[in-house]
Amino acid sequence: MNRRRAALAAFVLIVLALVPAFAGTYQTQLLTYGLTLAIAALGFNLLLGYTGLLSFGHSAYFGAGAYAVALMMRYWGIASMELFILGGIVFSAALAALFGVVCVRHTRIFFAILTLALSQVLWTLAYKFFWITGGTDGLRVPFSKLTLLGGLVDFPGADAFARFISFYYYYVLVVFCVCVALMWLIVHSPFGKTLQAIRDNETRARFLGVRIWRYRWLAFLVSGIFTGLAGILWVPLNGLTTPDILYWPQSGKIVFFAVLGGFRNFSGPIVGAVIFNYLEVYAIAATEYWQLMLGAILIILVTFLPAGIVGSAARLGERFKRKERASA
Amino acid sequence: MEIVALQVLNSLFYAAVLFLIAAGLSLIFGVMGIVNMAHGSFYALGAYITAWSVAAAAGAFAPAALFIFLPLGAIAVALIGLAIEPTLIRPFYRRPEEYQLLVTFGLLLVLDDVIRLVWGGTPLTASRLVDSFGLVQVGGLPYPVYNLLMIGVGIAAAAALWAFVYRTKFGVLLRATAQDRRMAAALGIDVGRIYVLAFGLGCFMAGLAGAIVVPSQAAVLGMGVEVLVIAFVVVVIGGLGSLEGALVGALIVSALRTITIQFWEEFELAALYLIAAIVLLIRPTGLFGRKA
Amino acid sequence: MTLLRTEKLKKHFGETHAVDGVDFIVNEGEFLSLVGTNGAGKTTLVNLISAFLAPDSGRIFIGDRDITTATVHERIRAGIARSFQLVNLFDDLTVLDNVALAIFARERKTQRILAIAERDAAVTGEASKLLGEFGLQAKSDSRAGGLAQGERKLLDVAVAYALRPKLLFLDEPTSGVSTRDKARIMDTVSAVVRGGGITAVVIEHDMDVVFKYSDRVVVMHEGRFLADGPPEEIRRNSDVARYLLGTDV
Repeated sequence: MNRRRAALAAFVLIVLALVPAFAGTYQTQLLTYGLTLAIAALGFNLLLGYTGLLSFGHSAYFGAGAYAVALMMRYWGIASMELFILGGIVFSAALAALFGVVCVRHTRIFFAILTLALSQVLWTLAYKFFWITGGTDGLRVPFSKLTLLGGLVDFPGADAFARFISFYYYYVLVVFCVCVALMWLIVHSPFGKTLQAIRDNETRARFLGVRIWRYRWLAFLVSGIFTGLAGILWVPLNGLTTPDILYWPQSGKIVFFAVLGGFRNFSGPIVGAVIFNYLEVYAIAATEYWQLMLGAILIILVTFLPAGIVGSAARLGERFKRKERASA
Repeated sequence: MEIVALQVLNSLFYAAVLFLIAAGLSLIFGVMGIVNMAHGSFYALGAYITAWSVAAAAGAFAPAALFIFLPLGAIAVALIGLAIEPTLIRPFYRRPEEYQLLVTFGLLLVLDDVIRLVWGGTPLTASRLVDSFGLVQVGGLPYPVYNLLMIGVGIAAAAALWAFVYRTKFGVLLRATAQDRRMAAALGIDVGRIYVLAFGLGCFMAGLAGAIVVPSQAAVLGMGVEVLVIAFVVVVIGGLGSLEGALVGALIVSALRTITIQFWEEFELAALYLIAAIVLLIRPTGLFGRKA
Repeated sequence: MTLLRTEKLKKHFGETHAVDGVDFIVNEGEFLSLVGTNGAGKTTLVNLISAFLAPDSGRIFIGDRDITTATVHERIRAGIARSFQLVNLFDDLTVLDNVALAIFARERKTQRILAIAERDAAVTGEASKLLGEFGLQAKSDSRAGGLAQGERKLLDVAVAYALRPKLLFLDEPTSGVSTRDKARIMDTVSAVVRGGGITAVVIEHDMDVVFKYSDRVVVMHEGRFLADGPPEEIRRNSDVARYLLGTDV
């Protein structure tokens, strides 16, 4: 990792760490949402950007994480965030492992529709087994019952919300940083290079002795875990999880993060998720037909800006550098 | 026992609908190599357009004559498809497949919401059409004539499609282009025109499926994706790109669905997908499928 | 010592007998060329041996081991590697990464998930050295997709070679390349492969290349072996001249 990028990352981290000091509760809460979505995008892009597999069903893992938390709270009386994370990850991992076995034998079209279909199956289950999942009413996850850091921090009483946000923001920020570091390591590891090789040329990878299926499945598993973790962190913020979170347009949002930011680079999906978060609140939520807007913008992006924001900025930067070098 | 007969007929009716959708999907894929993620949305559009026009024209026509709106609805959808192909599909032929999937997924998001925008959230029905055809006794129990007619339409469509693809000159061009696009172009076939027409035909079939189903079952939001997910099981079992596969797959899936709804309603979709998963494990390309 | 042996290997595509009962023997240390007109069955034979295709009948042995039903993965573990006629590289990875990947695969390190690939000095060192032998070191950090055709061909061979196979199949390593580059490529490939003591089978169309670089020439025609021997013998063979070169000796 070169010095300039490391410096930029450190700078961003410092800015993020200082946000609650300057922004109000609402803005901090908003950014916390953005960070959870960024973790989901990071997980999703391991499959798309690095392994070349486009999933239209990642809402399944996000929702699995969210529901795991809600179910643990409701039926087992658990309140510790750490236990939620553990249980939620196990649940998302099991789901991703299972769905992965089915999906990963296929690529492209079949893979895309299979992932969509399986997430829909999960949605119908959440919907129909209403006596467990609360059906369309969903399950509540009130932050007042939550504890962080093994019970050290809790949120009873009147002004609890502001206090919750100020602690929870840092909690999520730490997890976010761990996720980014971990994912960065994964994509730069021999495993990550192998995934990229499979993406670039499956035949050649096979003829190097790489067992394609196994690597795709592992990527699917890791991807599902990261996205599940995002759902786990998301649900205390939202206070509630409903079957909507499993419904296919939610998968569309996750895809959108990656396309908006640019899925052929590491930071693109993170940037895309954060930008979308604000877009959703300030622009898209202004209309009832946000799905229409999302779809239309997706079409426009794919047609005119396929490299996404970060990708296009990188290309502009390269062209600029080349011009400089040429004129020097 | 009579109830079983009714269930069989229901299953055949639904199979006709599934066949049209799956065959449309397979046709487009077979000829163009593209899977339109929004294919189910064309089905939904067919249902909504037909229901809406049946309701709008109810005063002016005798109930049974409203039947004309079925093919009209399908044609309307085909026209929409013909408008979409050059704008959203054609620019993406040469680009990597992810982009094709992304753009048709965007289309899916758009069309799903456009339906909500135009027709709102209330289900649209066209049941007067079913009523106007009356009932017939099947083993002592009443059964809508309409359903029997639609089973007939399904059979006719399968036969017509088969004849079209295997017995007409255009069908030969279609098959040649499906086999080897470059070779077809080298032989002077206007591949672009074939693509547009194949796409239009595929959309027509999806729209017709929606038109057929809506008198029996109201048009509701989300029906597009719901059917896409089931049509996909048809295509998995039958094989993508095969008409025989679409037919056999539709019959099997419809039968399975009818059975599972009887006994384990909540598990309907899960059961279908379990079977699809098993089929995929044993025969990845389906019963009659070709490799992509 | 016999490294590879096939027994009555057959592959039919409908009416065409692409490979028609071939008994192919390759001995350790040989550098042999497999020639024949288009459609003679050369690539099909290599595809059968490397598990790209399954034979209709017949058997394949590496040493004493019957690998007829072995998977691609197993055959690579058994020591077979190949390059491709239409260059098959990881276009979006760097030249160095392409070769490093082959080494990671060989060393079974591809599942390492919590280590940075570039920091593996053993692998990157070997990759660098190998690129040097192939004359590609200057392009180490370039994207593989951006190389010139001749360099891509060399890289394709280098990636297969990096697996340090016992038996290396090169499918038309000089096709699509200018005459001058052909010599350069074959000089490099020949030097590296012989220097490494690796047995090689090269599918080749250019008879000048064949006669200049091979120890042994095997001529295929319509799915069968027509002739098999050292270059001078093949050159004098009238059947070969008739079918392959279209002349009479």
